[in-house]
Amino acid sequence: MSETNGRLNSRSKLHGLWALTNRELKKWYKAPVVFLLTLIQPIIWLGLLGNALNLGSLVSPDSFAIPAQVITQLQLSPSQVSGLQQLFGNLGSQILQSTFGTTSYISFMAVGMMAFTALFTTMFSGMSVVWDRRLGFLNKVLSTPVSRSVIILSKVLSATLRSMFQALIILIIAIPFGFQLGASFTPLNLLGVFAMLFLVCVGLSSMFIAINIRSSRIETPMAVMNLLNLPLTFASSAFFPIDKMPMWLQAVANVNPMSYTIDGIRQLLIFNTNYTQLAWDFAYVGIFAAVLTTIGIVLSWRYLNK
Amino acid sequence: MSEDVIKAEGLTKIFNHNLVAVDHINFSVKQGEIFGFLGPNGAGKTTTINMLITVLKPTEGHAYILGKDIAKENMEVRNSIGVVPQEYTADEDLTGYENILLCADLYGIPREIAKRRAVELLELVELTAFKDKRVQTYSGGMRRRLELACGLINRPKLLFLDEPTLGLDVQTRTATWNYVRKLKKEYGMTLFMTTHYLEEADALCDRIAIIDHGKIIVTGTPEELKESLGGDIITLGIQKDVDITGLVKKIPHVKEVRKENGSYLIKSENGEVTAPLIIEALRKEGHVVTKLSLTKPTLNEVYLQYTGKSMRDAEESPEAVFAQRATMRRARK
Ligand SMILES: Nc1ncnc2c1ncn2[C@@H]1O[C@H](COP(=O)(O)OP(=O)(O)OP(=O)(O)O)[C@@H](O)[C@H]1O
Ligand SMILES: [Mg+2]
Repeated sequence: MSETNGRLNSRSKLHGLWALTNRELKKWYKAPVVFLLTLIQPIIWLGLLGNALNLGSLVSPDSFAIPAQVITQLQLSPSQVSGLQQLFGNLGSQILQSTFGTTSYISFMAVGMMAFTALFTTMFSGMSVVWDRRLGFLNKVLSTPVSRSVIILSKVLSATLRSMFQALIILIIAIPFGFQLGASFTPLNLLGVFAMLFLVCVGLSSMFIAINIRSSRIETPMAVMNLLNLPLTFASSAFFPIDKMPMWLQAVANVNPMSYTIDGIRQLLIFNTNYTQLAWDFAYVGIFAAVLTTIGIVLSWRYLNK
Repeated sequence: MSEDVIKAEGLTKIFNHNLVAVDHINFSVKQGEIFGFLGPNGAGKTTTINMLITVLKPTEGHAYILGKDIAKENMEVRNSIGVVPQEYTADEDLTGYENILLCADLYGIPREIAKRRAVELLELVELTAFKDKRVQTYSGGMRRRLELACGLINRPKLLFLDEPTLGLDVQTRTATWNYVRKLKKEYGMTLFMTTHYLEEADALCDRIAIIDHGKIIVTGTPEELKESLGGDIITLGIQKDVDITGLVKKIPHVKEVRKENGSYLIKSENGEVTAPLIIEALRKEGHVVTKLSLTKPTLNEVYLQYTGKSMRDAEESPEAVFAQRATMRRARK
């Protein structure tokens, strides 16, 4: 049994973290169907929604035609017509630019999607805690010398890694759909994007785990999460700019951490980076993540030590 | 510290401030023993195990595993025990081999040692041929065996088995018993198991505690418990319809005589010695014995005695109890 004692001493406090994280990730990357769906989903979203809502194409010079009735009434010459058409077309992209901060709506939306994939992935990962409890896996792990915090951290970590990977996939898939990088973009900005995603995912998954860990049935946490998701999703700048929303919605959107996450990523990827704004975004998301992670981990930890 | 592998003192668990799942239980398990916890559904068996394996905190009382306090030295406790839970906890999406390695990682066992042990354990539970198949494809028996292998990965001195044969067919159950005996004999392991299969407890356990409503009602070896019932049952039939109760009662060792459906049910210690004495005595009086059978009490009777109606309805007459036991016995035939 000297082997046992040797192990005890050489083992780090975080042992088991990677094993438990990898267990979660394996369910995803080792299951071809699940993995393929992760890839197909953004294609469908971008293809369907991105194009259907591609407001830019509605008012581009090609799609915009001055009605013949107007031309005859005003007795416009062909050159005047094409000039006007150009004017309206440019006006369209100017409106887009001033509304969305970019002339490419698909770029605007793709970033929103990156953030929401993070939201939904962390939510579904949170639900896996319920299964672990029901199937007795949690109790088994609790009977081994793995520290309680490692059990929670592994959940947070696997959800975060998975979300970040899915966001990257969306970004890559969005490029052939016409994703336009901002003028000030450098590859270094990608690091910032992932730092931002990391923060928000850690915060969200800690929150979802804390919601789920007490429950041995999926229904209660599902109801709570649905309630949370609605404002998190629609009262944010994901698909529509906040300053064009009604006032009451703006109030919600302005405290919604998703708005700051999305704005931060847009600053880094598609806008002409406004560094003050970016710093503000990071600070907000950082504080949100720190608070939620602390609350989530403390609550879960206390529960596991019951 | 004492030589007891498990020592529980007033161990209690109250859920939600009102549900007393385990009620001030005291017991100890000695080195190398197979100790059985026997009780009906909801008796508190799993809750007791969960406290001993440091998953649940006791509401009151103490317990020591290999001399370590489960509340204060829980890391030491976790390192020296193995657990085979009541549920199938192996990850269905992983293979059997991956599951064992995952368990090894939870104990912080270095990969090289873990791989070697995984191969040995798969051999022990006869799953080598299926080690790279996903657990989803395993049968109930195979999954149980995999749980056993996982529980042994850290070479525990004490193994907890919660209903190890629940839902298994007779063959697989017997195979599981053999693994358990092997662990005790070859590795000198101490085993704590719960079950509600009586024959299982009888065949496997060195000592048994019967638990009901969170309380330990009786503890002892299966033999002691059976003897505590006060003897064997002799069933006797005679040719003529006359009452011989008084006559039989005079015979040494006979404790109780009852007439039922034309037969006499006689409760006696050392039934195999008493039976010839009864025949002898009856023949002397001119009675002809037409049939005779001897039944040794099984744990079934013990169980019923301590947890069944006889215990709960203390008012009930001994006759009724006797009859009930006889009915049980007939039902089994
Ligand atoms: N986490 C819990 N919260 C509340 N009550 C619980 C909890 N776990 C168990 N109980 C209750 O405690 C009692 C004892 O349950 P336990 O699981 O220990 O029984 P058991 O003897 O293992 O039964 P079985 O043979 O069905 O496995 C039951 O009434 C059960 O409902
Ligand atoms: Mg149980």
